[in-house]
Formats: sequence, structure tokens, C-alpha cells
Amino acid sequence: MSDRIFRVNMTDLSTRTEDIPDRWAGLGGRGLTSHVVAEEVPPVCHPLGPDNRLVFAPGLLSGTAAANSGRLSCGAKSPLTGTIKESNAGGMAAQMLARLGCRALIIEGKPEGDTWYCLHFSREGIEIREETELAGKGNFAVVETVAERLGKHLGVITIGQAGEMLLLAANISVKDPEGKLRSHGRGGLGAVMGSKRLKFIAIDASGCSVDLADPDCFREASRAFAKALVENPISQALGKYGTNILVNIVNEAGALPTRNFQSGQFEDHEKISGETMHDMIRERGGRVKHNCHPGCVIQCSQVFNDRKGKYLTSGFEYESIWAMGADCCVADLDLIAEADHVMDDIGIDTIETSVAFGVAMEAGGLEFGDGKGMLRILKEDVAKGTPLGRIIGCGAGHTGRAFGVTRVPVVKNQAIPAYDPRSVKGIGITYATSTMGADHTIGYTIATNLLNSGGHVDPLSKEGQVELSRNLQIATAAVDSTGMCIFVAFAGLDDEKCLPALVDMINARFGTALTLDDVMGLGRRILMTERDFNLKAGFTSAHDRLPEFFSKEPLPPHNAIWDFTGEEIDSFWDF
Amino acid sequence: MWVRVKLFGGLREGRFTVKDIETCRTATVNDIVEKLGIESQEVGVTMINSRHCSMGCTLNNGDQVAIFPMIGGG
Repeated sequence: MSDRIFRVNMTDLSTRTEDIPDRWAGLGGRGLTSHVVAEEVPPVCHPLGPDNRLVFAPGLLSGTAAANSGRLSCGAKSPLTGTIKESNAGGMAAQMLARLGCRALIIEGKPEGDTWYCLHFSREGIEIREETELAGKGNFAVVETVAERLGKHLGVITIGQAGEMLLLAANISVKDPEGKLRSHGRGGLGAVMGSKRLKFIAIDASGCSVDLADPDCFREASRAFAKALVENPISQALGKYGTNILVNIVNEAGALPTRNFQSGQFEDHEKISGETMHDMIRERGGRVKHNCHPGCVIQCSQVFNDRKGKYLTSGFEYESIWAMGADCCVADLDLIAEADHVMDDIGIDTIETSVAFGVAMEAGGLEFGDGKGMLRILKEDVAKGTPLGRIIGCGAGHTGRAFGVTRVPVVKNQAIPAYDPRSVKGIGITYATSTMGADHTIGYTIATNLLNSGGHVDPLSKEGQVELSRNLQIATAAVDSTGMCIFVAFAGLDDEKCLPALVDMINARFGTALTLDDVMGLGRRILMTERDFNLKAGFTSAHDRLPEFFSKEPLPPHNAIWDFTGEEIDSFWDF
Repeated sequence: MWVRVKLFGGLREGRFTVKDIETCRTATVNDIVEKLGIESQEVGVTMINSRHCSMGCTLNNGDQVAIFPMIGGG
């Protein structure tokens, strides 16, 4: 099936398909979502108005047998940051959309009235249906009901109550192979989907597959790529402990933001650590390894059961556990897991929302460490849209303004995640210059600053950080276009066979002759396209700055401060 | 002299989480790693008093040494 662009117009409830224009021919994933948004969305439009567009794009290798290629990119103008936004997630949807020949699904316009709709996407095309039963319901009910109505094999992209209420921290969830959820977590894209009155998208790719230009070459490259991933020791550690193995090393390095970024170490770090979680999972009959999409060979996810051995949550990530744990001082993994599950169901970003709780705790609305209070507010306020719930559900910046807090860890109004930029200066450059507000995944300097992957750059020194962040942001933009999970980057940084095999697979898929330099060139092009959108939306270098408190408040134990000048930060864009 | 050694991830298996160990005055991080029967290729990151260090770094009395396997995340 040849690839096409699929459009859904929610204003007049029509659909159409188009050939892929030449200028988008080599683009997939983030490369495509960002180019579509940059070309078709007026940069100054209201993100929740009819002119914003929600774009889903599987990566260039999604739908093939390539290991770890099942990431789906989702893009729009973000209602949280006002910038361009791409967020990618696992689950089954990317593989299915690619097999349906969908290079991008673009949702345009906005309907009159208060009717909710859903889409049914199959080889026959896209059908728009009215939806009444699932309006007001959580994500798990959506997944279960779609399975009952249409079959368990369907892919699902859905929003919960947070997206329906247009909360700025609302995410978009994607069904995983076991009927649980993965999330396009950051930037409030769930609110954009909600503004278009779209509750869910059901995807049926039965009988469809992706065509390969050179199947033999693809098979060979795919084997070399998978081997590089499987043999990499960091991949192996991710499979054993998940991302939460980071709690202890980030804490030891004095960079674990604690008590709303007042300290870099959490005295109860062992209670929420990856090692502790690993033992709890085994004792309770959960699963240490789990894949978020078919074909993943790293398997960093897990199934976390409660004390009685009953499923509690999966995809239990370091950043979520840090945010509820160290940042809010909740030293109880069971409470954190329950809150994680509730936020998955409501459809709200665990990082943004939990950092908002940390800010609210500083304001005195809740004691630090009150996990039960956090859970109560999630269920009774955020899920139901009370005024308090809407403030928390609109994120850390919003909460800080509402309660008069000055220590508010956000960049471009997006919450800073699990690594303090005073003690890991490379990630501070990433937070400041990211085209999407504070985001660790967009240029994960932690790999080289703390984990010795791709060499080592001293986390407490300014030297080399701008270049490190720049190189990683360029490479990440390229990888985010392939459909690959960003965790392939560890093998990419340390195994010279990994990235050439990735480029060989792209060439065998499309019959192209790209080089690794070409693919990195794509990364640079994506960053410049995103930045250009932001400049037209009114952003300047003055927005590429960290909050004032990072420069004024030394962070224990190193008593480090953020000491980059504006000029030094701006040199990031000299490429 | 005495140093406090902290182990993480799979390095804890069959060993310990935190332990005070007596060493000679010229001991390096590598000496500790060898003493504990850890293969050098198993070690991903080492820190002394929360600062990254090389395996050849010399220890002082009362230092805290953290030894991590190769790990990732994000």
C-alpha cells in the first residue's frame, strides 16, 4: 500500500487523502509533524481554536520488522507552552497507521456544538462517528469498550477527562499490546484533541503491511541493528531495572530535585529506587520486563502489582516516580503507583501534574509527603474538574501563579523534569533551548553527564555542555523521525555498528541512498523549522532562560548554581 | 583507613548495599572494585563523595565511594 496523507476536517466532518508532496517525501515521525505544523498552523493562533492542527505521524521505519520502531509522533501548537510541540509514545498505533499507508493523520478545524466524535480508521478509510457512551469516561474504559465493540486487535488513541476539560497538562494515550496505556505525555496535546471534540481514534490494520524497496538488505540491516541493541549493556540494564534505576545514581550525583527543587538529594531515595521496585515486582508476581510496543527488544517497561498481587500499573517510569516521590517527598511506591494509574486513566501528564503538586505543597495547600492527599485531589478534584483540580491540571506554572509561589520550575511554562540543572549543567542547556519548553528527552545530556555513555562531560562544569546538548538535540530530532525509541541512542552512542544499520534500514525501506550525515542534516533541519515557528509565535532568546531561583539558590549537596550567561546559552543556535 | 562503599543495581547481588571497608592508605577505587570481586567491565560509573571519578583515583579516610554498573534511562 503506497503511503498517503490522511486529513480529517472536524469543522465540516469530512475526510480526504492526498499524495505526499515532494517536500515531505523523506519525512516521518517528528520530522513530519513539525513540518506540517510549521507550514499549516498560524504561529499566533490560539492552540485550542480551529486553526490549530493535531498531527499524528508514525516514524519512517514504523510498521516494519525493525526492532524498537513503534513510536508514534504527535504534534501541534502546544496550549501549555505556546510553542510548537512533538511528543512521541509507544503502543500499537504507530505500527498500525504505517501498515494502513498513513504517513500522517492531520486533524483540522473544530466542530460547532458539544457533540463528541470518534474516528474509525481501517483499510476502507476513515469514518467519523458521534460518540455518546464514552464522553466523560477515563482512558481504560475507552480501551475496554472499543475492544468490546470492535475487537481486541484494534489500536486505540484516546483522551480521558483531562483532555475533554481542555486541561493544559492533558495527554493523549495509546493502547499497548496488553490493553494498557502509553502516553504522548507532555505539552497538553490531549487538550488539543479535546478542543476538536475527538474522544478516540480506533485503528484496524488487519491484512495490511508495509512495502519494502529491498527486503533482503532490510533483513540484513535489521538483524545488525537488533544485535547492537540486544548486546548493549545499558539496554540490558534497562530490561532488568527499567528507567527507575536512575533514582539512586541521580541522587548520588546530587541532582535529584527534592522538595520542589530545594535539595539535590532525597533521604528516602532507597524506598523509591529501581532496585527496591525490582524486588517488589518479583515478590508480588509482577513482570520485570515488558514492551510498550511489539518488536521492542529493550523492554524497559514492567508490570507493577499491589500487595495482593493484583495489577496496579505498568510503564512505571523514573520521571513519574521522581516527580511524585522526591519532588513531593512521598516515599511510598504503592501510593505512587496508584497515583500513576489514576493519572493514566484521567489522561494527564504525570510529570507536569506531579511537579504542580510540589509547587502546591510549597504554597501550603498540602504537606510535603502527603501522598494520600495527592491521590484524593487527583480523584476528587482533577478528574472532576473542580476549580482546584483545574489549577493543578493546568500544570506547575499555572499552579505557581495561582498560589503566589516564586520557586516554580518551568521553562516556557512546561515543568522541569527529574534532573536539577544546577548539578547537571548540560541538561540545563537542553531545558533552556528546547523548542518545546523544559524537556529531558529532547537532548538527554544525562547520558554523558552522569551515565558515562558517549564519553563523560563533568556535570558541574560549564565546559562542553552547549556542544553536548546541541549534538544530542540534533541526533534526537533525527531519531524521533524514524519511529525509533530514543533508548536506541545508548547503543548508538557506544556501538559504531548501530547507527549505520539504522540508516541502511531506512534506505532498504524506501530505496534511497541516504548517509548518516544526511540523517543528521535532517535533525538540524527539524530543529531550525521548529525554532522558526516559535520565533513567528513571538518567542525570543529571552524565553530561552531558566527560572531566576536556579541562579540565586545554591543546591545542596554541591551548592551549585545555574551560572550560564544569556550569551552562552544563545550560542547553542550557532550551527 | 576506612571508606564507605555503596553498591547499586546488579552489583549488590551476593554483596551488599552499603558497607564500611578498611583499606590501605594508598588504595584506589580500582582496588576496592578488585577486592569485591567485581569485573572492571561490569563497572559503568564511579563516584567519590558524589563526584564522578576514574577507577585510578586515590581514596582518603572517610570517603564515600559509589560503584554503579552500566545503566541507562530517561
